Amino acid sequence: MNNFTEIIKSINSFLPEISVIITLLLCLIADLIIRKKSPVVTIIAIAGLLVSAYFVYMQSAIQESLFSGMLVIDPFAVFFKYLFILSSIIILIFFEFSNEIKESTHKNEYSYLILSLVLGSFLMASSVNLLMMYLSLELASLTSYILAGYTKSEKKSSESSMKYLIYGAASSGIMLYGMSLLYGFTGSLDIYEISRYLSNNPTPNAFIYITMIMIAAGFGYKTSSVPFHFWTPDVYEGSPTPVTAFLAVTSSAAGFSIITRFFLTTFLGSTQIVDGAFSIIAGIHWQDIIIVISVASMIVGNFVAIWQKSLKRLLGYSSIAQGGYMLAGLVVADKIGLTAMLIYLSAYLFMNLGAFFVTILIVNKLGTDDIEKMKGLGYRMPFIGVAMSVFMLALSGIPATVGFIGKFYLVTALMKPGAGFLWFAIVLMLNSVVSLFFYLKVVKNMFLERAENTDELPGIKFSFQSYIVLILLLIPTIFFGLYFGPIVKLAESSAVFFGIK
Amino acid sequence: MAELKILGIGVLSWMVFLPVLGMIIVLALPKSQTKAIKYIATGFMVLLMLISVYMLANFDSSKAGVNSLEGLQFVEKVTWIDVDFPAAMIGKIHIEYFLGADGLSFPMVLLTALIGFVGAVASFSVKKNEKGYYAMYLFLITGMMGTFVALDFFLFFVFWEIMLFPMYFLIGIWGGERRLYAAIKFFLYTLFGSVFMLIVMIALFFSSKDPQTGLHTFNLITLMNPQTFPPESFFGVLGNTWRLLAFAGLFIGFAIKVPVFPFHTWLPDAHVEAPTAISVILAGVLLKLGTYGLIRISFPIFPDAARYFMYPMAILAAINIIYGALCAMAQKDFKKLIAYSSISHMGYVLLGMASLTTIGMNGAIFQMFNHGTITAVMFLMVGVIYDRAHTRGLYDFGGLANKMPKYFAVTMIAFFASIGLPGLSAFISESFIFLGGFNNEMIRIVTIVSATGIILNAAYILWTVQRVFLGELPSKWDGLNDISGRELLSSVPLIVIIIVLGIYPSLFINLMSNSVTQLISFIMK
Repeated sequence: MNNFTEIIKSINSFLPEISVIITLLLCLIADLIIRKKSPVVTIIAIAGLLVSAYFVYMQSAIQESLFSGMLVIDPFAVFFKYLFILSSIIILIFFEFSNEIKESTHKNEYSYLILSLVLGSFLMASSVNLLMMYLSLELASLTSYILAGYTKSEKKSSESSMKYLIYGAASSGIMLYGMSLLYGFTGSLDIYEISRYLSNNPTPNAFIYITMIMIAAGFGYKTSSVPFHFWTPDVYEGSPTPVTAFLAVTSSAAGFSIITRFFLTTFLGSTQIVDGAFSIIAGIHWQDIIIVISVASMIVGNFVAIWQKSLKRLLGYSSIAQGGYMLAGLVVADKIGLTAMLIYLSAYLFMNLGAFFVTILIVNKLGTDDIEKMKGLGYRMPFIGVAMSVFMLALSGIPATVGFIGKFYLVTALMKPGAGFLWFAIVLMLNSVVSLFFYLKVVKNMFLERAENTDELPGIKFSFQSYIVLILLLIPTIFFGLYFGPIVKLAESSAVFFGIK
Repeated sequence: MAELKILGIGVLSWMVFLPVLGMIIVLALPKSQTKAIKYIATGFMVLLMLISVYMLANFDSSKAGVNSLEGLQFVEKVTWIDVDFPAAMIGKIHIEYFLGADGLSFPMVLLTALIGFVGAVASFSVKKNEKGYYAMYLFLITGMMGTFVALDFFLFFVFWEIMLFPMYFLIGIWGGERRLYAAIKFFLYTLFGSVFMLIVMIALFFSSKDPQTGLHTFNLITLMNPQTFPPESFFGVLGNTWRLLAFAGLFIGFAIKVPVFPFHTWLPDAHVEAPTAISVILAGVLLKLGTYGLIRISFPIFPDAARYFMYPMAILAAINIIYGALCAMAQKDFKKLIAYSSISHMGYVLLGMASLTTIGMNGAIFQMFNHGTITAVMFLMVGVIYDRAHTRGLYDFGGLANKMPKYFAVTMIAFFASIGLPGLSAFISESFIFLGGFNNEMIRIVTIVSATGIILNAAYILWTVQRVFLGELPSKWDGLNDISGRELLSSVPLIVIIIVLGIYPSLFINLMSNSVTQLISFIMK
C-alpha cells in the first residue's frame, strides 16, 4: 500500500508531464479530424504547453522526490522546464512560417513529435536515477531521430537521420555500459546512493575515470560537445530548419540539464554547499574531463565554423562552441558557475532561436542557406538583415546584447578568487574573438558585400507576422543585455538541486 | 558633486544619448529623404556642440576631480544593476550608471562634439545609402561620448565595445577598395585588446572592497583608492606581480586603440579605406580613447605599475614617434601618410604620459586635442582633393598652390601646425611634452632620441608640400576647382581653434591643469 500512496502522491506533482502527454494525445486525435494545412493542431500543442507551464509554475518553490526516488522536483528542474516550454512554443510557431515544413504533408505530426521530445526533456531535467536518466535520454533521442529524418523525400534529411541514429545508438550504448559499471561497483542506481557509496568507500581512480568518460559520451552527444559532435553539422544541415533550431536549443539544453545534475550530484562528498561551492569527493577529478570537453568544443567549434559555407552548418558549429562555453560554468562546480551557465542558456535561447528564425525566412525566400548567396541581401530586406546582425553580435558576445551578459558571468565565475581558472577565462574570451570572425561573415555578406545586381533586385517582403515574431525575439536579446537584473536573479534562484543544501 | 540638468535630465546623458535619439529619427525617415536625413543628423551634432558650450560655461576648472568624487562635475549616478549573491560567493554585483566629467575627460567631450559636427558636415559627400550611414554615424558618437564620460568600469567597457560595430559598418560599407579587410581587421584587433580589459575588469571587481560599503565594485573612483584593495586580494600589495600584469593587460587593450607599435598595423588600413568623415572621426576622436583610457583607468588605479612601466612606455613612445615618421616618409598615398603621421603624433602623447610629470601630462592631453583638430583638417583636405581628382597619389600632383589657393592656405596651416610651428597649437603641446620628458631624469635620453622625430616630421610634411603644391601643375588637373563653401565650413572652425589655442593656450590648459596636477601628485605619491 505504501507504494500505492507514494504513486498517488507523486502523480499530483507529475501534472506538467501529464498535461504534455494529454496534449500529445489530443494532437494525435485532432490530426485525424482536422485539415492538414490548418494551424489548429499547433494551437492545441501551444495551449497544452501553456497549461503545463502553469503546473510548472505551481512547483516553483517545491523540492520533493517522486516515484520512489526516480524523479525530483527542484528549482533547477523547474528552470529547465520553463526553458523547454518557452523554446518549444517558439519553435512550434516557427513551424507555421517554414516552407520546408508547410510543404510537407505531415506538418501536424511535427507537433506531437515536438511534444514527446519535450516530455523526454522534462524527464531528463528531473531524473536522479541512472535508469530513468537513460530512459528519458532515449525518449528524447528517438524522437529527435524521427524529427531529423522526417522530410522523407529529401535525401539529405534521411542521410542526416541515419547518421544521427548511428552515432546516437553508439554513444548511448557506451553510456549504458558506463552506467552498468557504476551500478556494478556501487550497487545502486540512485545517484544520491552512489554519491554516498563513493564518498565512504575508496574507489580505484582508473575505474571511476572510465565510467565518467563513458557516461560523458552519452550526455556529450546530446549537448553536441567535442569529441561526440560528429553528427551535429550534418544533422543540422540536413534537417528542416525549425527542427535544427529545436535540436540546437531545446534538445541540447536538455543535455545540459542532465550532465549538470549527474556530475554535480553523483560526485558530491557532502550535501552541504559551503560558501556556494559544491564539495567534490576527494580524488575524483571529474572536472578534468569536462574541461577537456569544454575547451575542445570551443576550439573545434569556432575554428571549423570559420570555413563553413552553409549557414545552418555554421550555426551547427557555433552551437558546438556555445556548448563549450556553457560547460565552463559546470567546471567551476559552484553556485555562481551554475548560475552563469543558466544565464548563458537563457541568453542562448533568445539569440540562437533568433538566428534560426532569420535562417528560416531566408531559406523560404532564397531556397538555400549558402552564405555566399546572401551577398547584398541586407539591402533587400533591411529589417531582417539588421536583426540577423544583432543576433550574430549577440552570439559573439558584444556588449549591449544578452550574449555579453552570459559571457560576462561565465568569465566572472571562472575568475572567482580561489577558482584558479584564470587561464580558462582567457581561453574562453580569446575564443569569442575567433567566433566574431565567422559571425561577422554572415553580416559581411548581407551588408558589406554586394551582388553584381543588388540594386536591380527587388526588395523582399515578409509577412507581418514574421516581423512580430522577430521583434519578440529581438526585444529580449537587447533588453536583457541592457538590464540583466531579472535574468540573473532568476538563474541565481534556480541554481538549487534537490537534497543539496 | 555639481549637477547640471536640462529638462530634468543630466547634461551628460543628453550628450551621450542625443545621438541615439537622432539615430531613431533618421531611421524613421524614408530612405529617399536624403537631404532631411543629412540636415537632421547634422542638426543633432550642432545641438551636441551647443550643449557642450553650455557645459563649458558651467565648467568649474578649479575642481580637480580624477579620484575625488567631490571634484567631479555634471555627475549622474543611478543604480543600474543590483543582484545579490550570497556574500561568500561574490556578494553583490552592483553596477552603476555613473557619468561625470573632470579636467581629464571634459576636453575630450568638447573634442568629440566638435569633431562629430565636422564629420557630419564632411559626410555630406556620402552618396550611398545615406540613411544607414547617418544612423551608424550617430551611434558611433554615442559610443565615443559614453566612453569619455563613463566612470563605472562596466559602463565604460560597454560603451567601448558598442562603438566597434558602427565603425565596422562605416568602414565596411562606405569604405574604399579593401574595405572588407580593413573593417574586420579593425574589429578583431580591438576586440582582442578588450579581452584583456575584460579580464582585468573582473579581477579588479573581485579584489576590490569598497571601504564604505564593503562590497566589490566597478566604480572607477573607488577603485582609484588604494584602500579599496584589502592586502590579501590580487591587487592588495602595491607593486606585486598581479598589479603589473593587470597594468600590462590594460595597456594592451588601450595600446591597440592608440595605436602603439607593434599593435598599429590596423590603423593605416582602416584610415586608407574609411570614407573621409570616418577617417576624421577615427583620427580625431577614436585614437584618443586609448590614451584617455590610460589616464582614466590604468594610471590612477595602478600608479605603482605606471611608475614601474614608465621606461618601457617611453621606449614604445619613441618607437612610435620615429617609426611612424619614417613610415610616413615612405608613403606614396596621401591618406596613408597622414595615418602614419598619426601614429607618430600619438607617440608624443604617450611620451608625455610616460614622463609622469605635470607639464608632460598637460602637454599630452593638449596634444590629444590638438592632434584631433589638426589631423581632422588634414584628412578633410585629403578628402577634398580625392573627391575632385579620385586619386591620392602624392606623385600625381604638383603646383596645386596656384590652382587652388584657398585649399593651399587651409592645408598649409594644418601642415605647419602638425610640424609644430610656433604660434599654432601643437607647438605648445609638443614643447610641453618634451619639457616633461626632460624633467624626468629616467627618460631624458629617450626624450632626446624622440626629439629627432620633429625633424623627420618636418621632413615628410615639407616634402609633401613640395610634391603636391609646388612645381609644375600636370595638365590633367587644369579642371580642378578650389575648395567649396561646405568644405570650408567643416575645416575653418578647426583652423580657428588651432590658431587661437596656439596664441592663447591657457584657454585650454586652464580647463585641465588642476586635474592633471591632482593626477600626477596622486600617481607619484
